[in-house]
Amino acid sequence: MEQRLLEWLIYLPMLTAAALIALPASARTLTRGVSIASGALLMAGSAWVFIAFDYSAGGETFQMVKVYPWLQSVGIDFRLGVDGVAAPMILLTGIVALTGTVIAANVERDAKTYYVLLFVLIAGVYGTFASLDLFFFFFFYELAIVPMYLLIAVWGSSSTFKDFIRTKEYGALKLVLMIVAASVLVWIGVIAIYVWADIGTFNIIALRDAAQDGALSGDFQRVVFPLVMVGFGLLAGLWPFHTWSPDGHVAAPTSVSMLHAGVLMKLGAFGIIRVGMTLLPEGMDAWSLVLFILGTVNVVYGAVSAMAQTDLKYVVGYSSVSHMGYVLMGIATLDSVGLTGATLQMFSHGVMTALFFAVVGAIYERAHTRDTLLLNGLASRMGWASAFFVIAGLASLGLPGLSGFIAELLVFIGAFRTEPVLGALGVLGAAITAVYILRLIARVFFGQRDKQWDALSDLTPREIAAAGALAVPLLLVGVWPAPFLDVIRPGVDAVLGGLP
Amino acid sequence: MPVDFTLLLPEFMLAGLGALALAGDFALPWRSRKARNGSLAALTLLGLAAVFAAALTGRRDEPEILYDHLIYVDDYALFFKALAIAAGAAVVLISLDYVHRRIHHPGEFYALVVFAVLGASLMAGAAELLTAYIAVELLAFCLYALVALGRGDKRSGEAAVKYILLGAISSAVMLFGIGVIYGAVGETSFRLADSLIGALSRPTALLGFAMFTAGLGFKLSMAPFHLWAPDVYEGAPTPVTALVAVLSKAAAFALTLRFLAEAGASSLDEWRTPLAIFAALTMTVGTLTALAQENIKRLLAYSSVAQVGFVLVGVIALNDSGASAALLHLAGYAFTNLAAFAVVIVVEAKTGKEDIEDYAGLASRSPFLAMTLASAVFSLAGLPIFAGFVTKFLLFTAAVEGGLTWLMVVAVVNSLVSLYYYLRIVRLMYVGEAAEKSRLPLPVAASVPVWLLLAGTVLVGVYPAPVMEAAEAAARVLAPF
Repeated sequence: MEQRLLEWLIYLPMLTAAALIALPASARTLTRGVSIASGALLMAGSAWVFIAFDYSAGGETFQMVKVYPWLQSVGIDFRLGVDGVAAPMILLTGIVALTGTVIAANVERDAKTYYVLLFVLIAGVYGTFASLDLFFFFFFYELAIVPMYLLIAVWGSSSTFKDFIRTKEYGALKLVLMIVAASVLVWIGVIAIYVWADIGTFNIIALRDAAQDGALSGDFQRVVFPLVMVGFGLLAGLWPFHTWSPDGHVAAPTSVSMLHAGVLMKLGAFGIIRVGMTLLPEGMDAWSLVLFILGTVNVVYGAVSAMAQTDLKYVVGYSSVSHMGYVLMGIATLDSVGLTGATLQMFSHGVMTALFFAVVGAIYERAHTRDTLLLNGLASRMGWASAFFVIAGLASLGLPGLSGFIAELLVFIGAFRTEPVLGALGVLGAAITAVYILRLIARVFFGQRDKQWDALSDLTPREIAAAGALAVPLLLVGVWPAPFLDVIRPGVDAVLGGLP
Repeated sequence: MPVDFTLLLPEFMLAGLGALALAGDFALPWRSRKARNGSLAALTLLGLAAVFAAALTGRRDEPEILYDHLIYVDDYALFFKALAIAAGAAVVLISLDYVHRRIHHPGEFYALVVFAVLGASLMAGAAELLTAYIAVELLAFCLYALVALGRGDKRSGEAAVKYILLGAISSAVMLFGIGVIYGAVGETSFRLADSLIGALSRPTALLGFAMFTAGLGFKLSMAPFHLWAPDVYEGAPTPVTALVAVLSKAAAFALTLRFLAEAGASSLDEWRTPLAIFAALTMTVGTLTALAQENIKRLLAYSSVAQVGFVLVGVIALNDSGASAALLHLAGYAFTNLAAFAVVIVVEAKTGKEDIEDYAGLASRSPFLAMTLASAVFSLAGLPIFAGFVTKFLLFTAAVEGGLTWLMVVAVVNSLVSLYYYLRIVRLMYVGEAAEKSRLPLPVAASVPVWLLLAGTVLVGVYPAPVMEAAEAAARVLAPF
């Protein structure tokens, strides 16, 4: 049963999408019911994968491996499996998929198509995290990107600024074209790895072993690695290719922002680990300092930009850029502690940013503005929303007791072991985060009560349930990170073991 | 040795079927136009199904060469025969309504489609230059007549004149090339011509090769011989456009690949780089020009030019994986393009419009048509779960294996640019406001072929193994592999 769990995490959203297409557009309640039920099943399945993952097993790092032949002459198999890095990502996807489908129940316009696209996206995300075949890794990676365009362009919202407008079409097109442009680099890298390794298979495990036996020359790896790094890095918000991220997140509807910032950006960082680090170890070694510097820029630049924003979603959008910087820094440390921190940060940030977007979306739906200069003293009217925002905010600035603290601490330890100067700059970024988050909380939620917001209603029970489901993991990881670290550690050590 | 005529049974059946459709049109007293159209279409479809079955059951384990090196009957020809018959049947299915409304003698239309399928089948089986030439002309003449069939529509006549004039020039160049090759090596069979090229006759033979390939390039709409394509695509009746886009492309590729593999094996070094440059030019020109199009049929014309460039990548790689990937791509491309044209035909029939702007708000007027067209353009753009993703991936992999990394880079960049104009259609359909709000009802019977084509597009994308096996079997019989 466990053996087939992973594939069903991919089939189920696909089947849900197909079933929804068959439903009549008028059956709104049924559409929502089917979608949320499917989201709950995905959550349960993801939790099962995480729990069933046996971190003490030793030996081959990939578990629940399942292989179906697909195009044998070319060496493509439908090969699935998880390691210690992928397992928390699967769990993260489950959490965000469930809460995302619950929050998406607020969508009024053509809810059916919305859910169809959302489930295609979810299938793509699961597939990428679970694929052990380079072709399917890329297949699902692209699959997760395609629906974004329509989801943002049709259901998104435009932002009006003093002298210009950022339309939702602009955000959607910028996001999709930039990510697909980057995936072109990945595409070249994937084919190059396949052809130069010359073992006639896209199997990631076999390619990893071949790479360790020297099938890919050092020069080749050093040439191809930057393609993979920039290609995947762009999706992780790597500076200076991050510009799609705030615009895209702001334009996207709430549940899409949750999924996108929550899990999709992690695909980028995950891709650097799975393809870059695992298959191109010498390239990773050679380019790690560049990645380290860019990651540090991400942290500081993202935080400073977030400070300057007056739109709640842009604040969260830039804070995502900043927080993904910690992930990139952690990867670039090539250090066991640092990489563990990076993986935990991926999980922590995914949950945290989904919570952020859920709350901000709820506020926007009620107040019809996200302007931090207009919103004031919401805590008196929207108690639940404020509480959840504060939890996410405190996790984001790294308050001990919440998940962000553990993750960032591990990244900093790794960073100080390898590049102390850059590590110190990273800590500076965390300090700036504290400034803009606390300032925001103070003004928007606890500022002077404003009469115009008195009519706002608090979160509905459904929204509270979704936000609560996101807040619990933040607290849980914060006070008891051991189960996560136990799972992540062997996976990380296996990846680092391949480095020169 | 007596000739085994049963080997050519599918071809004989096709010829008979075409004659039957033609005769049935005037020889029988029809009660209504509707009955006539329906019966003749049913006859054609049943006949094509029978030919399909005959072709598959008549498959031989060993490749056969008939009439002293004139025609191959092998897996390669079989692959394209099956593809041509399927494409012909799909075109008949999606053009029922058009034929009923616009064409007085439906028998003419169906007969020409069947003869075009016959021409395409023979092109895939041709083993020497003159047979190839005759097959090319058979297909071309059917298409000339079909393009001109939109009587009363000036654009149809204009398109036909352009097509015939330019087609005649290309045929002349091709025939000239054949003459030059024969003069140089004294042989028209592909394989013998290749082995007979001597040091002295080499430049002349290569000139002949170049002329013959240029003639084929016209049929392929390979840049710089692609200029007829947009006008013909726009002016021809839309079902005919679908036939030109799918059937004639596939057949021209069948011949090009066989010709290059068998007659060009020993001169590979001489033609590979020039042809690779033409391929890069073709995809770039197709992609960039498509960006500026306002008419959906012209857009599909330029996008098919770009697709030709992609397939050429696999052909030029001239290795096993390149050939099979090219064949797989053609199959996926057939489903994809026919699905797109099916939508264009329906929209044109309901609204009489064919500009891209007219697709604004289609998603609210007909979610099914919008979903199909969106899937088709995503497939053309090379996105999963549709056919285009896996086929392009394999094509480009084969190019790198064949040492053409630069061409692969050009191809993926073009693939990216093309996404921009495909997304424009999707954006209009889903985000745009429709000028008219009325829904576009689609009768269940009319939606079945569209569903089938959409299913085919997805199936090749998620489970390509069966088609791939057929493509590999087909590629295996080509000489150098």
